[in-house]
Amino acid sequence: MSTAHERLACKPADYKSDIKPIWCPGCGDYHVLMSFTRAFAELGLPPEQIVVVSGIGCSSRIPAYTNCYGFHGVHGRSLALAAGLKVTRPDLTVVVASGDGDGYSIGGNHFLHACRRNVDMTYVVMDNRIYGMTKGQPSPTTEPEFDTALSPGGTGLRPFHPLVVALASGANFVARCFSGEPNETAAVLAEAIRHPGFSFVEILSPCVTFRPDERDWKSQVHQAPVGATSDPAKAARRIMTDDGFNIGILYRGDRRPYQPAVVQRHVELSELEKEFEL
Amino acid sequence: MGNSQSISIGFVGSGGAGALTAGNLLLEAASAAGWQGLLTRTVGPQIRGGEAAALLRLASHPVECMPEQFDVLIGIDWLNAHRFGAEIKIGHDSLLIGDPRGGAVPPHIAEAGAREVQIPMKDMAKAIPDGRANMIALGIACRLVRLERETCLALLEKRLSDKGEAAIKASQAGLIAGYDAAQDLDLSLRLAAPKRATRKWLVSGNDATALGAIRGGIRFAAAYPITPATEILEWLAPNLPKVGGVLLQAEDELAAINMIIGASYGGTPSLTATSGPGLSLMIESLGLATAAEIPIVVVDVMRGGPSTGIPTKSEQADLNIAVYGCHGDAPHLVVAPQSIGDCLFTTQWAVYLAEALQTPAIVLSDQFIGQARAAIEKPADVAFIGQRSRATDISAAGAYKRYAIAGSGVSPMVVPGTSGGQYTADGLTHTERGIPTSGASDHQAQLDKRRDKLVRFAYGDHWATLEGSGDLAVVTWGSLTGAVREAIGRAAQDGVEVSLIAPRLLFPAQPERFAAAIAGKSRLLVVEQSHGAQFYRYLRAHYDLPGRVDVLNRPGPMPIGVSEIHRAIMERRA
Ligand SMILES: Cc1ncc(C[n+]2csc(CCOP(=O)(O)OP(=O)(O)O)c2C)c(N)n1
Ligand code: SF4
Ligand SMILES: [Mg+2]
Repeated sequence: MSTAHERLACKPADYKSDIKPIWCPGCGDYHVLMSFTRAFAELGLPPEQIVVVSGIGCSSRIPAYTNCYGFHGVHGRSLALAAGLKVTRPDLTVVVASGDGDGYSIGGNHFLHACRRNVDMTYVVMDNRIYGMTKGQPSPTTEPEFDTALSPGGTGLRPFHPLVVALASGANFVARCFSGEPNETAAVLAEAIRHPGFSFVEILSPCVTFRPDERDWKSQVHQAPVGATSDPAKAARRIMTDDGFNIGILYRGDRRPYQPAVVQRHVELSELEKEFEL
Repeated sequence: MGNSQSISIGFVGSGGAGALTAGNLLLEAASAAGWQGLLTRTVGPQIRGGEAAALLRLASHPVECMPEQFDVLIGIDWLNAHRFGAEIKIGHDSLLIGDPRGGAVPPHIAEAGAREVQIPMKDMAKAIPDGRANMIALGIACRLVRLERETCLALLEKRLSDKGEAAIKASQAGLIAGYDAAQDLDLSLRLAAPKRATRKWLVSGNDATALGAIRGGIRFAAAYPITPATEILEWLAPNLPKVGGVLLQAEDELAAINMIIGASYGGTPSLTATSGPGLSLMIESLGLATAAEIPIVVVDVMRGGPSTGIPTKSEQADLNIAVYGCHGDAPHLVVAPQSIGDCLFTTQWAVYLAEALQTPAIVLSDQFIGQARAAIEKPADVAFIGQRSRATDISAAGAYKRYAIAGSGVSPMVVPGTSGGQYTADGLTHTERGIPTSGASDHQAQLDKRRDKLVRFAYGDHWATLEGSGDLAVVTWGSLTGAVREAIGRAAQDGVEVSLIAPRLLFPAQPERFAAAIAGKSRLLVVEQSHGAQFYRYLRAHYDLPGRVDVLNRPGPMPIGVSEIHRAIMERRA
C-alpha cells in the first residue's frame, strides 16, 4: 500500500479509474477528464480526499472515471448535495461537475444559491450548448436559430449568460476554458480549487455527435486579452461584450467562504432537554 | 359532584387579545400542580392578528386527544369567533363565560343553550395599570379548575421575569382579580388529584421530534420552512451547533433533501423536516437515497392535502405518497409517532433504523401532534442511537465493494477520506462495486439486496402498539391512536372488550406480526383521517384481513372524536 508521501507525487494517471467512459469518440468531455486528473496531480491531493459530485448527463458521468470518491446523483441537484457534504466535511476537496442542461436548466435555481452561499467548492460546467445524453435538445445556452427535433427552426430564445449570472449571484471565482486545451484548463481548475469560496469554471466542451459545428471552437477560442479582475461589475461588462470565446480566469473575488463552524460536542444531551422540564 | 376524568377549557379572542398566552400559562400552571394536559391552538389564516383560540384538556392521566365539546369556554371577546365554526363545540351543560363588551356569542355556540355568565374582563383589566383581559380570563380558569392561587402567581413571576417587575405585578393583579371574580362560580366538574408528583415535561410534538433526532444521532439538518413542520427546524437551528452539528437553510426542498444526502454520504447522520408539498418535491431524491443506500431521515408533518390544502390543519393523507411515492421498486422505511411523547421515541428510532439499514426513513407526524403542546411524564431515555456499518480498513485498493451482497443485505459503508475505498455512489443501477450497468442480473441482485435488508431486520416490539383483547380490533395509526385508546377504554366501562392495533412501522409491512396480532379476531374497525381511506387500502394490500372490516374515515380538519369511535365500536359489538 502506498503511503501519503508517495501519493503526493501522484501522476495524472493515478487519478483515473479503470472504468471505460460511455462517451462518443471525440467528445470534448474526454479532455475535461484529462484536465481534472492533471489539476489534481498538480495540486498533489490524495485521491481519497477529493469528492467529485455530479447530476445527470454525458458530462455528469465524469465522477466514476476518476479514482476519487464520487457521487452521481439526480438531474440538476449536484450543487445542493455538494453543499451538504462540504459543510459537514470541510476537510474534503469538493468538485462538482455538470452540463448546461443539468446546471442551467433543471438545476438553475441551485446555481444561483450556490453562488450566493459561497461554500468552498469548485463548480465545473461542461457547456456543449445541447442536451447530449437525451440526443440533441436545446439547452439554455443553445443559439436561438439552432434547429432540433424538439425546436424545429430553432427556439428563437436568447441564450442565458451563465458567467454573468454567476457574478451577479456572488460566485467568488469565474473562469472560462476550452476542453481542447487541457493544459490551460488544468491550470485554471487547479487555481479554481485553490481559490477559497465558490469557484465557477465554464468549460466549452464540444458535443461532436449533436453539435458537429462545435469542432470549430478550436479555431475560435482565444486567451482573454486582460487578466482577471476583482471588480465584478468590470468582469460582467467584459463578459457581456466579448465574443463568448475569451478563455482564462475572468474574475477573482475575496468574499469569505461560508462555513458554519463544526464544533466539537460541548453540551450534554440532557442540557437540551432542560427547556422542557418543569 | 364526583371527580371527573378530565376538564376541557377553551380561550377565544380576536388577534392580540392574548388567548394563546392564557392557554399556555394555564397548561403550565396545571402541570406544575401535577396534572397532565394537552393544548391545541387554532388560528385564522392571518399571519398576525385575526382570531385565535387555545383549547385545553387537563386530567390526572395522560391526555392524547381533545374532547368533542368543551366544558368551559371563555370568550375574552367573540369578535371573530364565528370563523372557528364547528371546530369549537360546547354542550348544554357547558359553561360559557363572556364579557358584556365582548360582542355577541356566535350562533353556533349560543345554540347549545349552555349556562352563560358575564364577567366584565375588559373593565376589570382597565382598573389595573397595564392590566390585560387575558390575565383576568386566566384567573377565572385557574379558579374554575381549582388550581392554587399561589401556584399561578409563582408561575407568572417565573414566566414574565424578563418583562420586568411592572409587567409581573400587572399580570398578577389581573390573575387575582379573575380568580376572585370566579369565586362564586360553580363548576360541577372537579379533577381527580394527581397521583403523585412526577417529573413532568411541557413539550410540543415538533420539539419532541427535533430532540429525538438529536438523541438518535442527527448532526446535520437542511431546512426549508413549511407549516406545520417549521418548528422542528427552528428548534434544531440553535440546538444542533451545541452538540457539534450544523443546519443549512436550503433554497427549496429539492436542495434540502440533496443536502442531507450529501452530508450523510460524508458520514454525518442527517435529517430534514417538511410537509406534504415539500415531500412531493423530495420524492425523486428519496429514490436516489434508496438506490445509492444513503441513510437519511425525512419528517413529514402532515397537513390537509392535496396541493397547498389546509396548511394549518391535520390530516393523515400522506400515507400513500410516503409508502408508494417513489418510482421503481424502492423499499424504504416509513414510521409514524402515536403521541406527542412518542414523537421523540419514533424519530429517534427512525434515525437508528435509517443508519442501521442505510436507507431513507420517513417519519409521518401530523399537524395535530406536531403543534399541540402537552404536559406529559418525562419520556424514557431509550438506547437507540444510529450506528452505521462502516468500512474503515480497506486492505487492497480497488477491492472494496460498496454494494457487496452480504448476508444481511447491509454492506459496510466507507466515508470519503478513507484511502483505498474510493467509489462513486450512484442512482443508476450498479454492480457491487457501484459501477453503472443495465444488466438484468445486477439489477435483480441489487433490488433483492435492498429489499432483503429491510425484510430481514429485527424491528422488535416497537413495530406496533398492541393492547387489549377481544374479538373486535380497532386498527389505527399515528396521532389517532390516543383517541382510539380512549374510546376502547370507554367501551370497556360498558363491558365491551376491544383490542387496539396501531402499527408504528408502516413500511416495510410486517405480515407475520400483523397476522399474529389479529389472530382470533373476527372483525376489524379501521379508523383514519383520510378521505380516500388510504390506511384501509394499505392494510388490504399488505395483510390478510378477517371477514368483516369496517372503516371510520374522514378527511381533516375535523378530528375523529372519542365518542364517534366509541359509537362505532358499540355498533359493531357482538
Ligand atoms: C428529472 C429528469 N428529467 C429528465 C432527465 C433526462 N435527462 C438526462 S440528461 C438530460 C440533459 C443533460 O444535458 P446536459 O446537462 O447539457 O448534459 P450533456 O449530456 O449535454 O453533457 C436530461 C434532460 C432525467 N434524467 N431526469
Ligand atoms: S452525445 Fe455529445 S456530449 Fe454526449 S458523449 Fe456524445 S459527444 Fe459527448
Ligand atoms: Mg450539454
